[in-house]
Amino acid sequence: MSFSLARASRIAEADAIGIAGERAVCDPRGVLYFPGLRLLAVSDLHLEKGSSLARRGSLIPPYDTGATLIRLQEVIADYQPAIVISLGDSFHDGGGAGRMHASFRERLEALMAGRDWFWVAGNHDPEAPAGLPGETVRELAIGSLVFRHEPSKVRVEGEISGHLHPCARIVQQGRSVRRRCFAGDGGRMIMPAFGAYTGSLNVLDRAYAGLFRLESLMAYMMGTQRVFAISGSMLRPG
Amino acid sequence: MTEQPRLPDQNATVILPEPFLRWFGEKGWSPRAHQLELLAKAQGGQSVLLIAPTGAGKTLAGFMPSLTELADRPKRKPGQARRGIHTLYISPLKALAVDIERNLGKPVEEIGLPVTIETRTGDTPAHKRQRQKLVPPDILLTTPEQLALLIAAGDAKRFFQDLRFVVLDELHSLVTSKRGHLLALGLARLRTYVPGLQTIGLSATVAEPDELRRWLVGQNPPGGMSELIVVTGGAKPEISILDSEERVPWAGHSARYATPEIYREIKRHKTTLLFVNTRSQAELLFQELWRVNEDTLPIALHHGSLDVAQRRRVEKAMGENALRAIVATSTLDLGIDWGDVDLVVHVGAPKGASRLAQRIGRANHRMDEPSKAILIPANRFEVLECRAALDANYLGAQDTPPLVDGGLDVLAQHVLGCACGAPFRADDLFEEVRTAAPYASLDRTTFDRVIDFVATGGYALKNYERYARIRLNKDGLWRVSNPRVAQQYRLNVGTIIEVPALNVRYVQAGSRGAASRGGRPLGKIEEAFLETLTYGDTFMFAGKVLRFEGIRENECFVSNAPGSEAKVPYYGGGKFPLSTYLAEQVRIMLDDQRRWNQLPEQVADWLRFQADKSVLPKRGDLLIETFPRGNRHYLVAYPFEGRAAHQTLGMLLTRRLDRTGAKPLGFVATDYALAIWSLADMGAMFKARKPSLGSLFDQDMLGDDLEAWLADSWLLKRTFRNCALISGLIEKRHPGQEKSGRQVTVSTDLVYDVLRSHEPDHILLQATRADAATGLLDVSRLADMLSRIQGRIMHKHLEQISPLAVPIMLEIGKMPVNGEADETLLMDAATLVEEAMGPGIEE
Repeated sequence: MSFSLARASRIAEADAIGIAGERAVCDPRGVLYFPGLRLLAVSDLHLEKGSSLARRGSLIPPYDTGATLIRLQEVIADYQPAIVISLGDSFHDGGGAGRMHASFRERLEALMAGRDWFWVAGNHDPEAPAGLPGETVRELAIGSLVFRHEPSKVRVEGEISGHLHPCARIVQQGRSVRRRCFAGDGGRMIMPAFGAYTGSLNVLDRAYAGLFRLESLMAYMMGTQRVFAISGSMLRPG
Repeated sequence: MTEQPRLPDQNATVILPEPFLRWFGEKGWSPRAHQLELLAKAQGGQSVLLIAPTGAGKTLAGFMPSLTELADRPKRKPGQARRGIHTLYISPLKALAVDIERNLGKPVEEIGLPVTIETRTGDTPAHKRQRQKLVPPDILLTTPEQLALLIAAGDAKRFFQDLRFVVLDELHSLVTSKRGHLLALGLARLRTYVPGLQTIGLSATVAEPDELRRWLVGQNPPGGMSELIVVTGGAKPEISILDSEERVPWAGHSARYATPEIYREIKRHKTTLLFVNTRSQAELLFQELWRVNEDTLPIALHHGSLDVAQRRRVEKAMGENALRAIVATSTLDLGIDWGDVDLVVHVGAPKGASRLAQRIGRANHRMDEPSKAILIPANRFEVLECRAALDANYLGAQDTPPLVDGGLDVLAQHVLGCACGAPFRADDLFEEVRTAAPYASLDRTTFDRVIDFVATGGYALKNYERYARIRLNKDGLWRVSNPRVAQQYRLNVGTIIEVPALNVRYVQAGSRGAASRGGRPLGKIEEAFLETLTYGDTFMFAGKVLRFEGIRENECFVSNAPGSEAKVPYYGGGKFPLSTYLAEQVRIMLDDQRRWNQLPEQVADWLRFQADKSVLPKRGDLLIETFPRGNRHYLVAYPFEGRAAHQTLGMLLTRRLDRTGAKPLGFVATDYALAIWSLADMGAMFKARKPSLGSLFDQDMLGDDLEAWLADSWLLKRTFRNCALISGLIEKRHPGQEKSGRQVTVSTDLVYDVLRSHEPDHILLQATRADAATGLLDVSRLADMLSRIQGRIMHKHLEQISPLAVPIMLEIGKMPVNGEADETLLMDAATLVEEAMGPGIEE
């Protein structure tokens, strides 16, 4: 157990990488920031997942939307992006935006004010969120980058997607460590899920088959203060 | 031998019906005094607790009131309504219920009683359960979970209307767990259905019989107790500690050194029962015994993770006296017939005097012959512990743990179960719940919060009113809001939370599990262990060395690797905490040189060396040694309070030492001691009183430091997961529903984080903290210790490691520090990548 308590500035610590020639920061809090474009991407917020499950009898705490928005507020305050892209599954179901508590809706609208905000349509929320500003799109191309919810089967250089909720696992000194991660091969990037109640799926699962050039696969595993770049060959399934 | 005096025959005839007397006569037996006494008290309308050693005829005694009453019952006339259940028998084990069916069926048949006996367990087929509802047997043998299910059914009240007796077997083991809480609530419900209901508790000897006596009767008024019958005696067991010719190791749990001596004892006896504390110890001992088994004696292995079919085969062979030895874990602790065992070997320290007594009781089912037992300490501290346990056994000292208040998660489950059975009025249910001993001090506010939790989650943010599971209707009754709620309840009933585990199956070596699904099942292993394995790793399980071939969905594939060394050790620290009583006894022994000559010479020498090089702690003191070693400084403390409490202490002390600039690097905890290592010279710091040891060990560490550490502790997350599952917040996993337990694990951790930051006073977090205080963290014991050692800390600053410190120093590096060091491991892995690929990845 180590005690490196010095808490360096998060932005400076965050790892910079290149995707299709565009420089990006993988923030350990689970967002991707492109300084050149002043663009922040976040994926799979799954807002109102709590109330969605409550409808079916699992009365888990109704605070996930609040918790997710507070974290989003923090990263937006840090980066002050001009453009925010929510990469789909922003709400856990189509009725999510309608069920949102008034205080949360206000908080979200305050975040959106003064920037371009794009809702990429996801499988959980194919329609535009009811009563919220922002532009709903199927996909979005900016420079050499393409933002969409589900990674396409055909390889697209510069594609940023979500949907799969990647995590990675390593074993070190007989112990297993599993963390959410950004998964990329230099050409495309799959983002971790940001929502407070979202689970995750190992990048070695067959759902990812064919998506990456395996020889250059990297998992940027999320630590508390930085991301850890782990090469694909060190990863374990499960 | 102290067999009870028999009552004169004329007394017996007063209460024993004629067919019983004839039966006893035919057998050449006479009823034992406690059997008649129990019958007399039961016939007088009393509930009774019977405490008796194994082999005292406890089971027959427990059923005597039922059988005599059933024998006298007039025959049912044609056209008369069917009679309901007369007696409910509840045991902690399915196997025990089945066993009783057989053992009770025999006398019932021989006496010629018109009594039907049936079991109802998780294994009972649906058609039989339905038939039991229509045509109930006179005596139903079942488990606490099945009782909860019966209560949650719409016809519960009618089903139990003729109930006269509830017989609770192995009560001492039932009451200490959440299963006991659920059962106590179930009993309270039954008492409401049938106000005159009588209970009969059967128990091994316990430290506080009055706790069990209160448990057996409604606490209305509070403090009421059942009658008590104690059968003392049984012959004193002959217990010895192995005085090995070999060197007793400093540390470790394997007791490998003693294998040849254990084997010699097996050869000398008819059947030997070998107890160990953990599964991994069982595997290891089994392997070691077969390594020296030149005569190929039939030696078997039995533990809870093995495949059921294999366990049944072993149990059957045992009953038929076909085995010479059986290596077993606690699954065998409970009372099932084990044939002619004439020796019990306890490998590793027993951790509690009562546990030792109960295990040794297994050796001999005839209470008038002495049991014979040998204790095999696995290391030097265990020698002291075995000695203390042995002395306690001769004194008849008991150290069963005190009962704790009923869990609120269990109460939530019960409340929902009651609603599934019938609408209830909150006032009535509150009164009923408080008659259950574990909930006797429950206050109304907490109860109402539990109801609120069951209904809508009980959140301050009232968001879920429209999704309520139970609703308060205009008539003042709480009702289930829709039938699906009851369905969900039935799937989630019970308080046993299984650790996520995978089935282990055989495949051909190198096949990586593909295309070979049909391999023989060997049992189940925890997922957490399997996750650390890589293809080709070897480990021990089911008495074999196996090679890990891979995991697919919920199966783990392995191949045989005979002759290989098992490379991957499975950490096998104690599952049971060292009892407070034994800890005290060990401290007393260390302080009393005269008692050292009871110890094996090499252990006594070790203590003399310690006295020479350092000092031995006085019985009430806490000894702390500091010394340098390599480029590190060490602090070793000897509280003897069990690993859980030491681990919590270690966490808290390292936080404090960090603040004082000692630069602590890590710590390791055993049942006996705690070692912390650091970069700065802690000994010099304590000498300069910066900080003083008194302030370092001040009780105030249980305030903010504990709170801050708890917040992120994986221990609390695990505890929360159990509470969330038991309370019904999150559904249990069922076979085939999900691939693995991961979804549950992840989501309860996430739910915990969110709930803690938004509503830290939520009732489920309250339940979690209460659990952790007595369970994984053992905060209560730590608190007692900190208050005991105020002003009694003895500091010894040494040039080098002391003899007493050697065992714990050997544990450093062997024991994983769970959960807290993940970031370091990730850093190591990322650094490897950087080294291999150079800095600035894809920059």
